[in-house]
Amino acid sequence: MVAALAVTGEVLTAGAMRRIGDLDVIRERSGLGGAIKAVLRSPMFIVGALAMAVNFFALLFTLSVVDVSLAAPATASLTYIGNAVAAKIFLRENVDKRRWLAATFVVVGVILLAH
Amino acid sequence: MKHTLTPSRYLVLLAVMLTASIGDTMLSHGMTQVGQVDLHHLGLLFSALRNVWVIGGILLLIGFFASYLSALSWADLTFVMPATAFGYVVVAFLSRFWLHEHLSLYRWAGITMIVCAVGFVANGPSRTEHEATELELMDAGVGR
Repeated sequence: MVAALAVTGEVLTAGAMRRIGDLDVIRERSGLGGAIKAVLRSPMFIVGALAMAVNFFALLFTLSVVDVSLAAPATASLTYIGNAVAAKIFLRENVDKRRWLAATFVVVGVILLAH
Repeated sequence: MKHTLTPSRYLVLLAVMLTASIGDTMLSHGMTQVGQVDLHHLGLLFSALRNVWVIGGILLLIGFFASYLSALSWADLTFVMPATAFGYVVVAFLSRFWLHEHLSLYRWAGITMIVCAVGFVANGPSRTEHEATELELMDAGVGR
């Protein structure tokens, strides 16, 4: 549940940023205020940010009932793999061998760091 | 996929890597100074906002979110992800060299794997370019 919320939030946010376009270009054209306005006007970004906020509280609750040494790496690992799968399906990102390998290394690395 | 990263964009990715982990560490350090907050002592949260470490941590986390959103506007999520994971490495180094905690062999192995993961994607293209649909081409005036 925690990982699913994190993946939902990250994929929606990434999708929103892709739709909005390059923030550097928007900032050059309409200034920092214009870039902030463009982000805050995106419903997809708002839903993604809400999912991230709910994820934050869900993680806090999980940490209060499950051992942190299990919950933290487990949710982080599931989130990284879930993000790679969701980015391929929903954002149509070209997740090539290099990126799968990177996601796998991150998952194993996070698990090892928790030891 | 195109590789379009300029030096300033590498700096944004560096900010993504550093701000979240250093911000979290500063918040954690500040909150240990403030003391335990529970439902009966919620006022402590307001006094936490006067703690220099907490203020610094919050500012760095705002900086993280801004640089993360900026990175996602010109790079794929699967490209930026390992950069966020690199924060774990920064926290491990901070705990070793600032808080003088012991890092086990497992942790060194974990650090090595995450550094390798960052290396894999950093050498690759940053963004998937989708072919524009007919409608998008018309919107852009290319199809006329």
